[in-house]
Amino acid sequence: MSEKPKRVALFVTCLVDMFRPEIGFAAVKLLEDAGCIVEAPAGQTCCGQPAYNSGDRADATAIARHNIALLAGFDYVVLPSGSCAGMIAKHYPLLFEDDPEMAGKARALAQRTFELTSFLVDVLGVEAVAGASHLGKVTYHDSCSGLRELGVKTQPRKLLGSVAGLTVSELAAPEECCGFGGTFCVKYPEISDRMVSDKAADATATGAAMVLGGDLGCLMNIAGKLKRQGSPIAVRHVAEVLAGGALVAPIGESGEE
Amino acid sequence: MSEHILEFKPAEGFRARSKAVVDNPFLRQSFRGAMDFLMSKRAAQFPDAEELESLRTLGERIRQYNLAKLPTLLEQLEAKLTQNGIQVHWAETPDEANAIILGICHARHAKLMVKGKSMVSEEIELNHAAEAAGIGALESDMGEYIVQLANEKPSHIIMPAIHKTKEEIARLFADKVEGVDYTDNVDALIQIGRNVLRQKFLEADIGLSGVNFAVAETGTLCLVENEGNGRMCTTAPPVHIAVTGIEKIVEKLEHIPPLLSLLTRSATGQNISTYFNMISSPRLAGEKDGPGEVHLVLLDNGRSQAYADEQLRKTLQCIRCGACMNHCPVYTRIGGHAYGTTYPGPIGKIISPHMLGLEATSSMATASSLCGACGEVCPVKIPIPELLMRLREEAFTAPHANPAMVGQGAGYSWLMTSVWKGWAAVYRSPSLYGVATWLGSRFSWLMPSKQGAWTSVRVPLKPAPRRLRDMLRERG
Ligand code: SF4
Repeated sequence: MSEKPKRVALFVTCLVDMFRPEIGFAAVKLLEDAGCIVEAPAGQTCCGQPAYNSGDRADATAIARHNIALLAGFDYVVLPSGSCAGMIAKHYPLLFEDDPEMAGKARALAQRTFELTSFLVDVLGVEAVAGASHLGKVTYHDSCSGLRELGVKTQPRKLLGSVAGLTVSELAAPEECCGFGGTFCVKYPEISDRMVSDKAADATATGAAMVLGGDLGCLMNIAGKLKRQGSPIAVRHVAEVLAGGALVAPIGESGEE
Repeated sequence: MSEHILEFKPAEGFRARSKAVVDNPFLRQSFRGAMDFLMSKRAAQFPDAEELESLRTLGERIRQYNLAKLPTLLEQLEAKLTQNGIQVHWAETPDEANAIILGICHARHAKLMVKGKSMVSEEIELNHAAEAAGIGALESDMGEYIVQLANEKPSHIIMPAIHKTKEEIARLFADKVEGVDYTDNVDALIQIGRNVLRQKFLEADIGLSGVNFAVAETGTLCLVENEGNGRMCTTAPPVHIAVTGIEKIVEKLEHIPPLLSLLTRSATGQNISTYFNMISSPRLAGEKDGPGEVHLVLLDNGRSQAYADEQLRKTLQCIRCGACMNHCPVYTRIGGHAYGTTYPGPIGKIISPHMLGLEATSSMATASSLCGACGEVCPVKIPIPELLMRLREEAFTAPHANPAMVGQGAGYSWLMTSVWKGWAAVYRSPSLYGVATWLGSRFSWLMPSKQGAWTSVRVPLKPAPRRLRDMLRERG
């Protein structure tokens, strides 16, 4: 890659901003190590997905409009989340289908927007990362939007495969929803609990010491359940492990309980 | 994340029914086992991802092509069927459909109707209507027969009795079928059912069936089945009445092989069903069997409402394979009865609002994590998650003129909308957002340790002490 370095906007997502800044740092490091110039545009807030998924198209559209303007000048927009990346890459164009002026801009942004691991592997051609060493056996949960909207499946595994002393032991049902679903988990707590309990049991059965994934929402859900069960399994965003360096306390264990 | 903000008052009935299943490890286990089995059978049918993808694309195109021509095709079908000697009836509502069917029964002084599997007959609750009119309606599909014996409704569109264990069925037969001793040998149970039904096929005045595909150019009604009861229903009794929705139509015979292949492979993981019946006329002179009279009842029941909207029309592409249910993580956990509608699972969530109105069904679209597994397996590529989102939008935006659906705005609440408006105002304005999240991180110790539905089963959420933006700024 001898061309001039790519200017990448890191859209950190509101959950990462509020609950797990370490993921943002890890993403910056991974992107910089791969030769990108990374900026986190100061005016960023949220991708608008919570409103969109709740049927509030008008407000989702207003937020999308704000983000389209904010992210216009960058070569790429990268998010450490499949669902927020999916919102921008797949749903923004749908929001502006009937708005000829915005439609082109939304599509242009969509084409430049990627989930972090897929950007590293598919766009930058990264083959290996330093990563945190000697983590032993980990398992990986495929979050739904990243998997089904963006085809994120092999990319995180490929990068994990390059980390020394780490093996991925697959879940029995890695592609099954963990039951987070944004507002779903609080509107239908009984069903969501059943889903996340099954996910926790699946993770436990692998014998892995760590669950990794690419979406903080799902990871907080899985960690919240595992910790509630008193499980010693640590939960982390895949970027934290790929970026290497010292690991902070796992998700759900940072605060007092 | 406080539950006060996020409470939309989902239909209490749905919550209670789904909770009952979730809390019943036995029932849960049997659903899970059955769904896992069906998923692996389907997966084995499609070893080649590319072949699957191109077949699904073909299925989608065929369905969309035929839907685009629906009004003309319906006219063509009626003309062709009439020419073939099959009588065509149109019903806008379930009541009209029942009246037509019972009218035919009364004219023949019918006492007994044997039924092949038909979800449309469930949709119109034909059995109740028939019973009220003094006509016996007997289900002859084994699963439907079991459900009828138990006085229940189907919990799955392809496998109606999937919620029952063989022990429960054994008990049911011993209790309800005369002269039968308890046995949980599956073959013996099937034999018991068959013996009862054989006799009834000969006694019945009317045979009723559904239709999987109606072919406009030839005037042919196609019926996919595995037990042979469909063939019995449509040949043994003197009158055959078929009932189906107006969307089940294809223009040409050549449209059927790809759809049939998608249907059986997606539904039960079978290469092809045991039976494929093609009915093109009543018994003709010189033929040895077949009914003297064949009728087709075409039901609307909200389908034309879906048809009128370009996006919602995709709902009608459905070929009723049930794969979306088998792969749905919510259906797998709560089973079919929890939904309280004729069609459960993802397909139920997108079709029922057109049949029952959004008011009665507004909670159905929200009871989804939008994981997308349904859309991924749908053999005709219905974008189910997209349609769920559209239905949420229809339900939760303020009622307006010329709505696309009956019950538009049924889930609208001024308070909820204001909450979202406030939320959006914060998230649209970097400065407001900055203040809000700064407060959140500085005062994270104020975050309650009880966060409603979240902490009922998980440890509480705590914002990080410093926001990423602050840390990135300091880093320079
Ligand atoms: S929506 Fe698709 S997957 Fe579901 S029953 Fe219909 S055709 Fe099958």
